[in-house]
Amino acid sequence: MNFTRLLALGTSALISLGASQAMATECIAPANAGGGWDFTCRQVGKILYDLKLVPNPVQVTNMAGAGGGLAFSNVVNERNTDDDLIVAASSATTTRLAQNAFGGATADQVRFVGAIGADPGVIVVAKDSPWQNLTDMVEAIKADPASVTFAGGSAAGGFDHMKPLQILKKAGFDDVRAIKYIGVDGGADAITQTIGGHTQAMTGDMSEIIGFIKSGDVRVLAVMTNERVPGFEDIPTAKEQGFDVIAVNWRGLYVPKGISDDAFTMWASKLQAVADSAEWQEVMKSNGLAPFTLVGNDFQSWVDGVIAETTELSKEIGVIQ
Amino acid sequence: MELLSNLGLGFSVALTPLSLFLAVVGCFMGTIIGALPGLGPSNGVAILIPLSFSLGLDATSALVLLTSVYYGAMYGGRISSILLNIPGDEPALMTTLDGYPMAKAGRAGDALVLSGVASFVGGFFATIGLMVLAPLLARAAYFFGPSEYFALYLLAFTTLGGITSKNQAKALIAACIGLGIAMIGLDNTTGMPRFTFGNLHLMDGVDFLVAIVGLFAIAEVFFFIESHGLNSAIGVKVDKVTIPLRDIIKSGWTMARSTVIGFLAGVLPGAGASLGSFMAYAAEKSIAGPSGSFGKGDPRGIAAPEAGNNAAAAGALVPMLTLGVPGSGTTAVLLALLMTLNITPGPTLFADKPEVVWGLIASLFIANVVLLIMNVPMVKIFVKILSVPAWVLLPGVTMISFVGIYSLTGSYFDLLLMIAFGAAGYFLRKLEVPTVPIIMGILLGGHMEDSLRRSMVISGGDWTHLFNSSISIGLWVAAIGGLVAPLFLRRLVKRPVPHAMDLED
Repeated sequence: MNFTRLLALGTSALISLGASQAMATECIAPANAGGGWDFTCRQVGKILYDLKLVPNPVQVTNMAGAGGGLAFSNVVNERNTDDDLIVAASSATTTRLAQNAFGGATADQVRFVGAIGADPGVIVVAKDSPWQNLTDMVEAIKADPASVTFAGGSAAGGFDHMKPLQILKKAGFDDVRAIKYIGVDGGADAITQTIGGHTQAMTGDMSEIIGFIKSGDVRVLAVMTNERVPGFEDIPTAKEQGFDVIAVNWRGLYVPKGISDDAFTMWASKLQAVADSAEWQEVMKSNGLAPFTLVGNDFQSWVDGVIAETTELSKEIGVIQ
Repeated sequence: MELLSNLGLGFSVALTPLSLFLAVVGCFMGTIIGALPGLGPSNGVAILIPLSFSLGLDATSALVLLTSVYYGAMYGGRISSILLNIPGDEPALMTTLDGYPMAKAGRAGDALVLSGVASFVGGFFATIGLMVLAPLLARAAYFFGPSEYFALYLLAFTTLGGITSKNQAKALIAACIGLGIAMIGLDNTTGMPRFTFGNLHLMDGVDFLVAIVGLFAIAEVFFFIESHGLNSAIGVKVDKVTIPLRDIIKSGWTMARSTVIGFLAGVLPGAGASLGSFMAYAAEKSIAGPSGSFGKGDPRGIAAPEAGNNAAAAGALVPMLTLGVPGSGTTAVLLALLMTLNITPGPTLFADKPEVVWGLIASLFIANVVLLIMNVPMVKIFVKILSVPAWVLLPGVTMISFVGIYSLTGSYFDLLLMIAFGAAGYFLRKLEVPTVPIIMGILLGGHMEDSLRRSMVISGGDWTHLFNSSISIGLWVAAIGGLVAPLFLRRLVKRPVPHAMDLED
């Protein structure tokens, strides 16, 4: 065993991770391998190639840092006219943009090209909780806000934090700063804290709690989608309980701002084709994603609306000035 | 009996020629990845995930490969701790404290074999613990809320004073530096960035691998340059590798206790292998009392952290498999792999996918046996890698440090930060400020602060919430005991016998 061979091993591993082939489409996952963004890049990239929508296998680059901020500024500053670049995004991306968490970067510096699935937002309690539905919970908070703490997988001000706040605002409870929230290390940690009785409710994504729904340890008070989620028909939506809040963690892509309108439209239609494919339907089913397809300019204007809403709520809770 | 038939199922899945081959390859690569400073288990596993996809491996084979790498890295980390005084990864940090002094005293071979055996004992028995106790221990995580975690981290910090014996005040200063560094980045409780100066690269805080590689490996380079290769850690000789039976027998109880401590520390989400090795070392040091020569090359000071961190590696799989909560950075990557393979860990995994769970457990046993063989009779191979002449080795270590750190985030900023840590490490060592407490501060400080703040949010600022359960009260008592007991012990044993170990040896 000699040392140079080891070095070669290390360097080649690095090269295969970092560099991209000149011709191939590149998908940047702004996080390490294994997360939601990495998942989007790998699955979408694979289907794009399987459907022959791109000529070469899609190269996935992991560019972790600052909750997606490093990748965002890299795209804006150095790759602004790259036609062959797509970047994985989700609700976390727009939340952070709305809160100016990307060091001054703004959402209009890229183009949001489409979402092709969504992880529905949920409000969950332990099975021994006294609350049977969302109204029970809202009444308890109205009576004594200090008696209830939510746990979620994002930092304060993040997407998970916003969900209960939106519901309570719909219920006419405006003192959003009185609602207690702790940000722990991911959804599974949040649900563990809630089952353990340390917090009263968990706010997160459907995919984070599927195992616990099956085992019967939790009760889902509401799913925050338009309609009930296929496969989980016994879980009521917030809307049908009288709280018209839609909060889904969409999985989608953005592209650089400087590409032509033709290129933008091309990516939108390719994404639509991926969304329609049987392969993607299968991927969504096995990963707890609900259908949520929105591409092109429709998606861009929806994103703009979400960002405006998030900015307003963030100001109210004091995350931004 | 059901246990045995389940295990039989696991071995029938894992004991195929392909799996065995992957286990050997994985263990070998893992040991090297662990031994190289800058490349730790979590980037080793992360680098191999795309590889296992491109090889088209099925779920079980991919798991065998990656858990072998995981365990291999846990074993490998000790090699550079002992030979170079540079921890190969963060759980091997504590092994430098006694491993390197032992190597300097000409017993490098003994230290390597002893730590290999300790790793095996920790890993093997903790895997049995995982197998037998996982469903029971799954519920342990439910009992730990923010206040309990705070008390646990507090316990870890109060034993810190005992880690470096030379100068308590300097150890305290070092720990405070670490705590300060831990504050950098996005604050979870308010969602505000702290001490980032508007720099996006600092939003995620300082990665402790950057700090470790800087403070140890890069600082070593500066020392090497200054002394022209004299008076440097590089170049410890390993002559003959024999089995130090006396040391192994003598540290039997140490290994047993450390396995239990490490396993339990691993079971708690968030604490991970580093806490396991840390607490095992601290416990053994206080048990040994003044009769030990901890910090100067006590064999028990090697056995404890190695048994502890390998046991914690197995323990960390308990919350990952039963709750989907990763107990450490590496299990977070393994969890991600499971999800990509369409396996969702959670309370029903043992019932839903027994072949995956038991295949994983069987492959852990296989990996441990393979690693014992690799790391005891064949340890010379790995030693050879690290005992090339210093003028070859040092540039190599430097290069791999840069490559490893660059592969973390792919940003040059971390490289600059690493060099800054290297310069800081050089001056701190000149001032005889220990660097281990800095790393402990970075590793545990963030968790400790978050736990305290969460606890205060839940209680609305009522500090009595910190003592609201019997678990937290117990941990507080232990923490205070750990702080006060040494003072009384010192009075009881009026004159410690510093050279007791020399006589025994």
